[in-house]
Amino acid sequence: MKVLTGRILPVMLVLFAFRPLSAAVYHIPKDSLLSSTADHSKFRQLQREFKSGPEVTKACLECHTEAARQIHRTKHWTWEVPMKDGKLLGKKNVVNNFCISVEGNEARCTSCHIGYGWKDRHFDFKSEENVDCLVCHDGTGTYRKLPAGAGHPAYRPTVQEKKSYKKVDLSYVARHVQNPDRHNCGVCHFEGGGADAVKHGDLDGSLIEPSHSLDVHMASGKDELNMTCVDCHEGQGHQIPGSRYTPLARDEHGCDHPLPDDFPTSCASCHSNAPHKHNKKLNDHIDKVACQTCHIPRIAKERPTKMWWDWSKAGKFDEQGRMIVRKDSMGMPTYITKKGEFRWARDTEPEYRWFNGEMNYVTFLTTIADTGVVRVNHPDGHAGDGKSRIWPFKVHRGKQPFDPVLKHFVKPKLYGPKGSGAYWSDFDWDRSIRTGMQNAGLRYSGRYDFVETEMYWPISHMVAPKEDALGCVECHARKGRLEQLGGFYLPGRDVNPLIEIIGLLVSVGSIVGVLIHSVVRYYTTKKHKEREGEA
Amino acid sequence: MRKIYLYARFQRFWHWMQAFIIFGLLFTGMEVHGLFRVMGYEAAFNVHNYLAVALLSFIVMAFFWYITTGDFRQYLTEGNLVEKIMMQARYYVIGIFRNEPHPFKKNEISRLNPLQRITYLMLTLVGLPLQVVFGFIYYYFNELVALGMDPDWLEPVAHIHTLLAYMLVGFVVMHVYMTTTGHTVTSNIKAMITGWEEVED
Repeated sequence: MKVLTGRILPVMLVLFAFRPLSAAVYHIPKDSLLSSTADHSKFRQLQREFKSGPEVTKACLECHTEAARQIHRTKHWTWEVPMKDGKLLGKKNVVNNFCISVEGNEARCTSCHIGYGWKDRHFDFKSEENVDCLVCHDGTGTYRKLPAGAGHPAYRPTVQEKKSYKKVDLSYVARHVQNPDRHNCGVCHFEGGGADAVKHGDLDGSLIEPSHSLDVHMASGKDELNMTCVDCHEGQGHQIPGSRYTPLARDEHGCDHPLPDDFPTSCASCHSNAPHKHNKKLNDHIDKVACQTCHIPRIAKERPTKMWWDWSKAGKFDEQGRMIVRKDSMGMPTYITKKGEFRWARDTEPEYRWFNGEMNYVTFLTTIADTGVVRVNHPDGHAGDGKSRIWPFKVHRGKQPFDPVLKHFVKPKLYGPKGSGAYWSDFDWDRSIRTGMQNAGLRYSGRYDFVETEMYWPISHMVAPKEDALGCVECHARKGRLEQLGGFYLPGRDVNPLIEIIGLLVSVGSIVGVLIHSVVRYYTTKKHKEREGEA
Repeated sequence: MRKIYLYARFQRFWHWMQAFIIFGLLFTGMEVHGLFRVMGYEAAFNVHNYLAVALLSFIVMAFFWYITTGDFRQYLTEGNLVEKIMMQARYYVIGIFRNEPHPFKKNEISRLNPLQRITYLMLTLVGLPLQVVFGFIYYYFNELVALGMDPDWLEPVAHIHTLLAYMLVGFVVMHVYMTTTGHTVTSNIKAMITGWEEVED
């Protein structure tokens, strides 16, 4: 009893009084009547069988008359982003160092297009019925595009890439639509590059049900914030903010959520530009260091992400002429005949670069310097330009084919049936590149080689709880995380050699000086004492 | 041999507090500078900043005390200062080994020899204030840049702060050693603790 009143009770009271105060939880389950004025399961238009995706879309458009035209203006649809400098970027045009190019491989790549039927360059981007409403609005978790169906789901039981796909019940899905949740976005953004976690490093399937330590905002457990993608990427008219082509490296508006803003929600939109209340010195970093740099100390926390893809090693077969698959200790493939050599990393440190928000992309028209590593995209900016901040990046490296005569990247045709020239069926680089370039209407000299490339993926997700944020010494030290980042003075890392030499001379010199002085003094004093004794 | 009262209670308190603060500043400063890892960068950084404020307060307090008590007169000299300094320096380099007497006798009116006067005066009026000023520029860098300072000054400010710190290390080493050159090896340190020092008749 004494223990109870003397020890346990006060401790419990203190714990109760100082229990963590948390922000409001997002997405508390609520009455369906409170969430929408329309119950799609009651819609007459949806009480029927649908044979194909476009049929569903036509039904949607009967009420949502302008939806398809809104979609037509998004980069989710066009895969094309016109830049200020006249360059045409977007998935359709940029070079990447994963599967290299969309063009020529549409039927496979467009499993992540929000449309139906983009199987070659003749796709009709004006078509309204080819907009895929369901991939983003499926509320059942049963709608899934085929991996190589040019954007269509399985209308009958299908086996593709050794996986079987059940026939999708389109009318059931159509009657159970919702605002996009993390499953809808994740099906493409978590699985970019062909499988879960491959591409981004900060976006993968672990964000479906993340723990508190994995992502403090999206954590889905009890009393967690439970934010989903669209809570920050809050769109209007189907325009979803947030872009790797025109990223926002510095939010000068600060706290402006949920007010309308020209920019996507950034950290500062909710946390302001002076978020550190206890250690105010941290706020002095905000002009030079992105929030993400300290608050996302590690990437690919749970699932391995791809760090290296060497296409030049592809095309090897074993003695029996069979394709080879080798795996590492994590079970991730390190060699696949079709694709070459891979390296993976899990729970790894990102790399850091100065970034002013201008991302430079190489296209297939860009002349490249093939003497060193070619950056297929890279962040602009340097210390002291007044705009840049230090940002974390996943840097994906690899080797990919290019034209050593014309000095530009090439688009190999990878996906296609045997005899089509597709590398994954015929394993002939020259033919695959020739076919791919011809299809794209681009010049190919007839010679190819492989060049090492780097691709930069800015890191913004998987924000760690504050107790896991980077400590000062991770950067303010020699051999720290910013060891390679030049152009500025970093306390704890940088020294002036001259001053260090002076310092060494002064401190060691004074110590040696007093030692010599004291030794001489000791003996001369002793001598004088002896003399005095003699006298 | 006789005993004289040299250091008032405030002076002793101030001296040892300042000694403690300067040791703390040098230690934490070296850790922030990356010379070793003991208490952790963040802790060292925080302690360094608290000690900096403490040092500044003690400097202000000491100025107040010296001026109001008139004890600053200890630092004034008459006659040719350079000559006197040379005499004292000659003593440390030659005389001390020949068992010569100290060139300047300590007494209640004059407890500092000319070399001490100039050293402490330079330290208190130039060295430490300069170090404190550069330290505060360093700490309030963002605010000063917002007021129009050139951001490229960060590096020189940091370097000067480091250089002055190394000079201070040199001072501390020699200063501690010099305390052993009194009438006996420990008589100077005892005096700074009790206030009373044994001096030659």
